[in-house]
Amino acid sequence: MAKPMHPTPNLDQLETGPWPSFVTGLKRLAKDKDYVVDVLGHLEHSYQTRKGYWKGGTVGVRGYGGGIIPRFTEIKDEAGQPVFKDAAEFHTLRVMPPPGMHYDTATLRQFCDIWDKYGSGLIALHGQSGDIMMQGCTTENVQKAWDEINEMGFDLGGAGPAVRTSMSCVGAARCEQSCYDEAKAHKAVINSFLDDIHRPALPYKFKFKFSGCGNDCMNAIQRSDMAVIGTWRDNIRTDDELGKKWFARHGMNELINDVVSRCPTKALQIKDAGAVRKDAHISAVALDGKQCLEIDNKDCVRCMHCINVMTGALAPGKDKGASILVGGKSHLKIGGLMGTLVVPFMKLETEEDREKLVELAQSIIDFFAENALEHERTGEMIERIGLVNFLEGIGLDVDAHMINTPRTNPYVRTDGWDEEVAKIEARKKAAA
Amino acid sequence: MAEAQALRKAVECGVPDNDKYMHPTLLKNRGNWKYHDRPRPGVLHHVSHSGDQVWSVRAGTQRQMDTHTIRKLCDIAEQYAEGFVRFTIRSNIEYIVADQKKVDPLIAKLEGEGFPVGGTGNSVTMVAHTQGWLHCDIPGTDASGVVKSMMDQLYDEFKNEQMPNRVHLSTSCCEINCGGQADLAVIIQHTKPPKINHDLVANVCERPAVVARCPVAAIRPALVNGKPSLEVDEKKCICCGACYPPCPPMQINDPEHSKLAIWVGGKNSNARGKPTFMKMVASGLPNNAPRWPEVNEVVGRILRTYKADARPWERMADWIDRIGWPRFFEKTGLPFTKYLIDDWRGSRANLNASNHVRF
Repeated sequence: MAKPMHPTPNLDQLETGPWPSFVTGLKRLAKDKDYVVDVLGHLEHSYQTRKGYWKGGTVGVRGYGGGIIPRFTEIKDEAGQPVFKDAAEFHTLRVMPPPGMHYDTATLRQFCDIWDKYGSGLIALHGQSGDIMMQGCTTENVQKAWDEINEMGFDLGGAGPAVRTSMSCVGAARCEQSCYDEAKAHKAVINSFLDDIHRPALPYKFKFKFSGCGNDCMNAIQRSDMAVIGTWRDNIRTDDELGKKWFARHGMNELINDVVSRCPTKALQIKDAGAVRKDAHISAVALDGKQCLEIDNKDCVRCMHCINVMTGALAPGKDKGASILVGGKSHLKIGGLMGTLVVPFMKLETEEDREKLVELAQSIIDFFAENALEHERTGEMIERIGLVNFLEGIGLDVDAHMINTPRTNPYVRTDGWDEEVAKIEARKKAAA
Repeated sequence: MAEAQALRKAVECGVPDNDKYMHPTLLKNRGNWKYHDRPRPGVLHHVSHSGDQVWSVRAGTQRQMDTHTIRKLCDIAEQYAEGFVRFTIRSNIEYIVADQKKVDPLIAKLEGEGFPVGGTGNSVTMVAHTQGWLHCDIPGTDASGVVKSMMDQLYDEFKNEQMPNRVHLSTSCCEINCGGQADLAVIIQHTKPPKINHDLVANVCERPAVVARCPVAAIRPALVNGKPSLEVDEKKCICCGACYPPCPPMQINDPEHSKLAIWVGGKNSNARGKPTFMKMVASGLPNNAPRWPEVNEVVGRILRTYKADARPWERMADWIDRIGWPRFFEKTGLPFTKYLIDDWRGSRANLNASNHVRF
């Protein structure tokens, strides 16, 4: 039995309503733990005064410079003593989950056992960077909890100016739209940067995210400095049987309104079966005996919409891989930035393919480490120095896929034009 | 022995292989899936080229989970599913079963234990949830309570698939926007410059670093009461709070003047149009814990309007693209104020450079 509860009139109101209540969960823990009694008191104080009362500090585990988020209470009495003394320290361990966030119950139970023993018993599944967040631990217990978590085969994630914990979608494990093995790419990349995760020494944070297709379920394009987003080069695959089934169920109105007219590049047309073009880049799916949906794959940008609507009737091609986008980030300091496409396509099937991805990541991080200002994200650095300087720095050739439009102003010195043309011609020859 | 234990060296093992945590049918059919459908809200049915099938039952959680709740979820996995679960990016839990007969009893058990089944397809799924007062060192508001209040209100929309397309929500307790881009986001918007405790600045803050953080160069070093400190040009200050994390004596959070803003139309997916940033459409809402009724009123109003007016497959951004911003404000009844006209860098691209007008 723990000590008596503090009154929590505000938090009590969050126990009503149908959605699962975190307050009810905390109160259950508070029955056995003085720690959580005071955590609830601390949070209630925030609700009453509408302010936060945790400050950072320095807490770590042996050998690592990051991975623990230290929190010390700022609610003190006149003598400078913590008002909620059992919750004076409320540190979090950031633990990297398995790619795709799959778990067997034995593993989850083991996390619970460790956290009941050393921590508050509160675990967030998962944080916005993808971490298993073991929330609420005293300075004294951080190392002990970490030792047992590490024995399970799990490792700490990033914090501060470091490579951060990554996320990958369920992908190949359960999704027909997956264009590469997201989990293998995720593991190959992240496990190549463990030093940069565990010992923060970059100008600022650096995030990777892995999405298997353009639906980008991991929000990679705006939440990661380097986004790996699946795509394919050959034609959309079609399945006539599933096409007919879809059409029988949904009909022509839905086909036109929800599929054809929503194609962003007008790559879809309805054709009589005999009129479907025969070119190599045309694919078509049967709707009934008479008509087909024709796809001009040269016009298609692999946006995923028609495949989302007609799942199975349409599917990504077989020549799969990923696009790489660099520089996504959220608001502070210069405003939100989307990632910019820097590699239109790379294969990600073999260990060698994944090694090339790691090499690219390494050159981007090296360039970032040397050229970004303190507290400047990759996207902000690119905005400051220009995409071309960034590309030259990491050894990538310019490509018209990288832009929405060419320059709309004349403010550029072009006296190297002829040399650039010669280089492009030489590359073309070498590739031929 | 105690000493040997104290010196245990970390094994820098990194991200574990996920094979051993994955349902065996997923492992067997990895990379070989053919199509999926949704037999009912909250259930995904995937079919492999091998003929194997799995049903995934998705349920909402509170994300900030106590160990009792996690063990309860494990009990359900062991008794009603096949012992394997996964979590989505929006903190929903998914139970994976290879036997269709297990689906209905599993749903009944989850619902019976208070975990709503839903969040798939064109539903309103769980809010991308940040930390807030519970654990963050710089929060202007709470996250868990805001999420709980919003999801209580949107409970039926989570459990049904009645929206034009999927709806992603996020909350952020400061302008850093940890919650990320969403169809609809609730974000703190401070309205007053930081209040500076000049006695502490010199000891706590690395002043040049704080000066460099300011997006509008409004901070400069100053001597205040004989002590080295910082001062803010309050005419320039945009109240973003960027100075507060590196310099806590520059208190930006204010119980009254830290307001909440609503943003709409963010989309990460490449489907149809390119990904979009969300746009601010309302601000000045009070930080009214514990249930934020004023925020919920606006959230509900926008979502109801979208639900009634958007066509199938239109995300929030697609819908507004079609109807135009004037009609968005008209239909939702939200006031379009001068503060919603962008004047940040690149802002002219957000102005109407045409005579395209819908009448």
